[in-house]
Amino acid sequence: MSTLEINKLSVSVEGRMILHDFSLLIPEGEVHALMGPNGAGKSSLANAIVGHPHYKIESGDILFDGASIIGLPPDERARLGIFLSFQCPAELPGISVANFMRAALQARSKEHVSATEFYKKLYECMDLLRIDRSFTSRSMNVGFSGGEKKRFEILQILMLQPTCILLDEIDSGLDIDALKIVAKGFNSFRGEGISALVITHYKRLLQHIVPDAVHIMDSGRIVRSGGLELVDSLEESGYQRVGT
Amino acid sequence: MEAEIYNARNGSDFHCDVEYAYNSGFGLSHATVDYISNAKGEESWLRKFRHRALDIFFSKDLPKWFDHGEVRAMNFDKIRYYLAQGEKVGHTWEDVPDKIKETFERLGVPENERKFLAGVEAQFDSEAAYSRMKDALLERGVIFVDSTVGLKEYAHIFRKFFATVVPVDDNKFSALNSAVFSGGSFIYVPAGVKVEQPLQAYFRINSENFGQFERTLIIVGEGAEVTYLEGCTAPRFDTSNLHSAVVELIALPGAKIQYITVQNWSNNVYNLVTKRAVAHANGDIRWIDCNIGSKLTAKYPAIILKGERARGEVLSIAVASNGQRQDTGAKMIHLANDTRSNIISKSISIRDGVASYRGLVKIAPGLSGCRNKTCCDALLLNGGSQSATYPMIQSIGSKNRAEHEASVSRIDGEQIFYMMQRGIMEKHALSLSVNGFINDLVREFPMEYSVELKRLIELETENSIG
Repeated sequence: MSTLEINKLSVSVEGRMILHDFSLLIPEGEVHALMGPNGAGKSSLANAIVGHPHYKIESGDILFDGASIIGLPPDERARLGIFLSFQCPAELPGISVANFMRAALQARSKEHVSATEFYKKLYECMDLLRIDRSFTSRSMNVGFSGGEKKRFEILQILMLQPTCILLDEIDSGLDIDALKIVAKGFNSFRGEGISALVITHYKRLLQHIVPDAVHIMDSGRIVRSGGLELVDSLEESGYQRVGT
Repeated sequence: MEAEIYNARNGSDFHCDVEYAYNSGFGLSHATVDYISNAKGEESWLRKFRHRALDIFFSKDLPKWFDHGEVRAMNFDKIRYYLAQGEKVGHTWEDVPDKIKETFERLGVPENERKFLAGVEAQFDSEAAYSRMKDALLERGVIFVDSTVGLKEYAHIFRKFFATVVPVDDNKFSALNSAVFSGGSFIYVPAGVKVEQPLQAYFRINSENFGQFERTLIIVGEGAEVTYLEGCTAPRFDTSNLHSAVVELIALPGAKIQYITVQNWSNNVYNLVTKRAVAHANGDIRWIDCNIGSKLTAKYPAIILKGERARGEVLSIAVASNGQRQDTGAKMIHLANDTRSNIISKSISIRDGVASYRGLVKIAPGLSGCRNKTCCDALLLNGGSQSATYPMIQSIGSKNRAEHEASVSRIDGEQIFYMMQRGIMEKHALSLSVNGFINDLVREFPMEYSVELKRLIELETENSIG
């Protein structure tokens, strides 16, 4: 079960309202795309869902599997299966990729994660994303290129196996080859039991990660919903026309 | 959780009741010095040395930068300066009195000895209870005994180097140590001998209202090498204990000494230590100094780079938790051409703990080709945590270079959030972050120690968010 349901959610940051009565339903097994101009509130929505402390819930609810997650600390939400691929992932100096991944994996497992099994799985996932194995001993995200950081976000999805995935501009800073690899990684994972929200500005990503529904957001609200055809009209006339 | 933290951080918090054959009683006077000298059956030169040192101690003020109110308030009359059982040092653990043997077993000393050490000395209050070195090293002429035995059996070497690196009147506490010292290690490694595995000393304070004043002297001959480890623990008492050691290292030409300290005294110990080394030409000295315990530590390992191309390095880790003050640092004195020194200091301040770096880099006039690099990073964990850096660089002449870098950072909220978004609990995220901060230095410790060190730091960190 991984249905994500957002009901009339209003969110503020430092007293400024960012989302207004925002509602969205992503049923289990579906991938929805969220598009909209800069400042529309797309990243804020993602951060509010995962419980970033800067985002204050003023009213409304977020339900995961039918139960409210508001008030749960971020790590508990993560362990329920909600994963945010960050637009700008934090750098973790001194914490190696292997140590970090293992800590994250161990956090959601009652049993001890054995080193042999861990490395086997890690190497498999790295190979799929064409990440050089020497990265395991490097500090997480430190000195990584934009594209490398994005690949490591997908790597974490493959390793941690979340059930609700929020991709915040996974395509920013990626060249076409890297984009294909990242999309391939995600597509290998999506499907039954997984819900996902893909935030992007560009049609290009949605040609590789094909969504079941598309939503256009502006000023903290969804202004239109539909299928892929919405994306085409966006490309032709821009957000202004589509929104009105 | 609290209990778990308490046990692991304070696995050393226990003491045993033992009968002391020698007890100098409370207070410090010339009679105390005579008592110690008599108990040890010392020669008259040493007795005179001690009396002179005591006069210097009485006449000297606390170091002027020493603004710690607690030290000024310390009552030297409420401390016992010599507690010993009057037994011979054991060379097998069977020879060690049961209660003392049990203490060291609980601390894991015999186990480590079997696993990775070339020799061990275990000091219990004022004197060594156990000392043993592998036979192979004995055959190669290596000496590793406590200072009491060293002075008796190897007086000709001991006297030649003793108090040459740290003069009696260097500071108030070096004078105090010189007056009442007992225990500590005496190591001599003959020219060309490379001691592959570390030698270890374990310093244990067992008694209340007690001062431990070990004296360590390490002399490493031309081209020889040694690594020395010291660990220290004590049970926690409501009253203050004092630990004031003097350590002198001498690296003869081309010799290499690595001296590693893991200081985990209980939080009622004042740890006021003078550590200094001399490196002759092409000599190489490295202090790795880790301070986690004590109420107050004031310690600035120094290296005098006396011969050309000598190298010195201090790696320092300090963790100051609630109520603790870690005043640590390093001194590098360049006295010859082409000498190099490197200081890396990392400190972590938790809750109202205060960690400070105090450093001196001095390059004597007329030299060329000298280099120093100093890097001090401080991490503050909580709102009230404090850190200070007091570097001093005295570099004369344009043919030398001294660089100083310093940073102070707080734990980055976005880092913690990122880890929590991956399911990691806040306290674990915090300790991953802290371990990440000191990771490159911890790696320099022998494996057996780095695991323990990481664990100790994790517990301190996790405790910080309660």
